[in-house]
This record gives sequence, structure tokens and C-alpha cells, in this order.
Amino acid sequence: MNIKDIKKEFPIFDNKVHNNDLVYLDSANSSQKPKVVVDRIYDFYTKEFSNVGRSVHYLAVAATNLYENTRVLVQKYINAKDPNEIVFTKGATEAINLVANTFGQKYLKEGDEILITELEHHSNYVPWHYLRKSKGVKINFADVDENGDISIESIEKKITPKTKILAITHLSNVTGAILPIKEIIQLAHSKNIPVLVDGCQGAPHLKLDMQDLDCDFYAISCHKMYGPTGLGVLYAKKKWLEELPPYQGGGGMIGEVKKEGITFGDLPNKYEAGTMATAQVIAFGESINFINKLGIEKIEEHERGLTKYGEEILRKNNSVKLIGSPKNKGSVLSFTLDGVHPHDIATILDEDGVAIRAGHHCCQILHEKLGLAATARASLGVYNTKDDLDQLNSSINKCIKIFNS
Amino acid sequence: MDLKDLYQEIILDHGKNPRNLGKFENFNKDAKGHNPLCGDKVHVYLKVDENKKISDIKFEGHGCAISMASASIMTELMKDKDQKEVNELIEDFLKMIKDNPELKSNLISEDDKTKLMSLSGVKKYPMRVKCATLPWHTLISAMTNKPGEVNTEKED
Repeated sequence: MNIKDIKKEFPIFDNKVHNNDLVYLDSANSSQKPKVVVDRIYDFYTKEFSNVGRSVHYLAVAATNLYENTRVLVQKYINAKDPNEIVFTKGATEAINLVANTFGQKYLKEGDEILITELEHHSNYVPWHYLRKSKGVKINFADVDENGDISIESIEKKITPKTKILAITHLSNVTGAILPIKEIIQLAHSKNIPVLVDGCQGAPHLKLDMQDLDCDFYAISCHKMYGPTGLGVLYAKKKWLEELPPYQGGGGMIGEVKKEGITFGDLPNKYEAGTMATAQVIAFGESINFINKLGIEKIEEHERGLTKYGEEILRKNNSVKLIGSPKNKGSVLSFTLDGVHPHDIATILDEDGVAIRAGHHCCQILHEKLGLAATARASLGVYNTKDDLDQLNSSINKCIKIFNS
Repeated sequence: MDLKDLYQEIILDHGKNPRNLGKFENFNKDAKGHNPLCGDKVHVYLKVDENKKISDIKFEGHGCAISMASASIMTELMKDKDQKEVNELIEDFLKMIKDNPELKSNLISEDDKTKLMSLSGVKKYPMRVKCATLPWHTLISAMTNKPGEVNTEKED
């Protein structure tokens, strides 16, 4: 597979949008799916379907093996120590809720503090918010700087003796800032604070190594990684999964159930109650195979080049104001246009087949800090090309023409 | 689809230079509206006199060209209308945006109808209908003293 012809692997690009070729620049929201992933779902349901982990018949055993195979693929992809450190969830949101809920239940008490940052997506703020009411904890925010970056110092400044957990994004979905999470984790660990990394934007674009990072929790969104919707991954160090209580109760997660009491299953079953998103998990294995075939380093290099190119052409466009110029920027180009609201930009771009997102991108705290109600955002995936960014720029010029005529 | 239907000159004009933008001192009714999906916000202020007539109306807010133009045109048309007329115009507008091809009310002039019909372009853009209707739902809320904020995601 060659990265230059990669669009061919994605059937969505065979379709026209308003009679134009699709220029998909909304991958930070959700990525498109390669044919191998779509086919895998069809094949599983038509040839191999059964529930996993319960029955002993042929199909059940085969399906269970396929399901567990993806767990190992994920483990290797992120270099976790043990496949049992991989828990499937219904999304990254559920992965963070799982940690907030169980960690909060077991370790937090009134007056304790949770440290997050002003860059966080709502899914790495709202789950912690519930603990304000239920536990009386306080949430602190590390300051974002004028470049849309979070420095190690800004984290250090907000750590107090009461800080019990740090929850932080790997890559901002608005400014594109790639945070120095390894150093941040080292700092937090030096003060005995565990760290959850929201890896929704990190995992699809950056090479991951859980053992090297030494993070305690890492949340992944599968649909942003060329995989199916309805699926996420929580990586957690084994000691946490052993120590923390189960998140949801139901079938599949138990040891022994008696009228007097219940014991819970071993890892990772303890955290996978009920019938899981089996077809999605199996198809997600193909997403990882797809990424591995190209090589995440190659994808990173390709996207880095495109991000730089996009920044260059948009900076040359005098009407465009780019949002965020962090030291280390990944595949997100947020911008505003003089005199044109982001929603109008998105509608006008759509007419040309250019799909972007407009709004607060689930980051109202950050937008308030930036003094903006909304921004427009073009975000990149492996299938994007320089032509896509040229089309973006020319459609932006069309907006300016419509609004300034 | 044609962008020219959506971004007609009237819309661009009202979007860029909204009429009745701001707040006045002696308002006696007001309501806020919010579209949490896009962050558009509008705050409608009214002075309703003893005859239940809107003697003054202004709005504050920020949002896209469609929502700003809609609020601007709405405030122009509502001045000096009484409660019954206000209700009739709101109903007529919301029905036009949803189903009806034309406005039916005879309360406003043909010129004003043309102005209001310039917002009908959103019909082809389902995601943008809420931009056009937010100020109108907020006006209903202000007129009826409904507590709380109008939220586009909590409508029927």
C-alpha cells in the first residue's frame, strides 16, 4: 500500500457531494473507514457470527478468538505490557467515565482535587464534574498559553498536595497542540499523582508506547482510528484494574453469583459487562492492521507535512486567522475568517464538497478563554492530500467573496 | 442546492449590520436563547405597554449570518405589534420555515414579506433551520415569561 493512493482504499471517496469530489477534512471528529474494515463487519455477521466468551460451540469459540485477537493487536499497537490491560468500552467517553467513576468511588473524598487543563474536550471534563457533587472534590484547570499550548510549568503550578489525579489530552482537537505528556507524567508521578491521558486525537496520529510513557490510563476512540463507531479502548495499568471496583454489573463480568453475594471475574472481563460490540471489536482489528501496513511513522510524517503545508497556505491568506500555533502541532487547522461566522463557512465549503467542522468542538472552556464563540476546523487523516488543502483555501476564498461582495 | 438562495443580499446585509442590536434601559420582558450545538446566543429585550403592544424591541447576541439576520428582521417586524399579532406572525414564520411555501398572514406589507421570505433558503439546509428559528423561539419565551433559557436541543 502506498500512502499516495490511499484514498482508493476508502469507498466513501467514490461518492460525490453536491456533484463534487469529497474533500474530507473532519477526521478529528470521526475518520472515514477503509474497505477492509467495512468488509470485516459484513464477513463477521454473514459467516462467523456468534456471541463471545460464553458458549462452547464452534462459532462461539471462533468468535471469541477473533475478539481476543483484537485485544492483542491493540496491546501490541500501544506497546502495553499485558493484553489484560486493554478494556473495550463503548467509546473513549465511556473509558474516561469508567476511570472517573471507579477511581472517584474508591480514592476520592471531600476536598480532594482533580487537575485537568483548559484544552480538554468535554469528555475529559464532564465525567470528572459529577465527582464535584457526589464527592465534593474540586477541579482545577491548568492554563493554556497564547499559542494554544500547555506547558509543563502550567501543570506544575496547579499541582497541590490535594491533587489526586491528573487528566490531560495528548493532542488538542482545537489548537492541535501535542503535549509533552511523557514529561508531564514524570512530573505527576514524582508527586505520586496518577495520570489519565485522553488519547482520542493522539492514538490515530502518533506512535504510542504505554510502557515508555508510563501513563496510568489512556483512552482511545476507535472511530477516529479508521475503525467502527460504538467502540473505545481503555488502557490501564494492571494494578489499577485489579484495585479499582467494577464499573458496570451484568453478565460476563462475574466470578460467582450467589444470593448472599457476588464475586467478580478476572481481567479484563471484570470491566466488560454484557454482550460487547463484538463485530466492531473484530473489525477494529482490521483498522490496526491497516495502520500497521502503512506504518504509523509514515502516517505521522505524511500528516505532519500536510499540516505544515496547510498552515503555510492559510497564513498567506490574509483573511484567515489560524487558531493556535503550538510548538508541536498535529493535524488540526482551526481558523476564523474576518466577517464570516464559522457556520456560514462550513455551509459554503460544503457546497464544494469540503467537509469541515464549525462550532466549539466540545471545548467551550477553551473557546471562552480564546474569546471566541466558535471556530472553523479542518482536520486531517491519512487520506488527505495537498490538493485537498488547496481546495480548502479556494473554497475559503469563495466565502470571502460571498460575504464581501 | 444554491448558496444564493441561502445567502441572499438581504440576509448578508442584516447579518453584517443587524438592526435593533443592543439593549435598552426600560425593558420589561426578556429571554435568552442558546444553540448548544453551535454556540449561537441571542437575548431578546422587550418593552410591552399596557395594551400588550411591543413598543420597543432589541436583541443582543452572536451567531452566524442566518441567526443574526433572522433576529434583525424579526425585531423590525415586531415593533408596534400587539400580542395577538406577534403570535400570528411567529406562527406564520415557523410554519413557513417548516412546511408552508409562503407566508399567509396579512399583517405585514408585501415588502416585509419578501424580506422575511429571504430566510426561506434555510429549508434546503436542515442543519441551519435552527439558526433561523432561535430568535423567534426566544421571542415566544420573552412574551410568555417562560423561565429559563430557550435551548434549540430541547424543543419538541
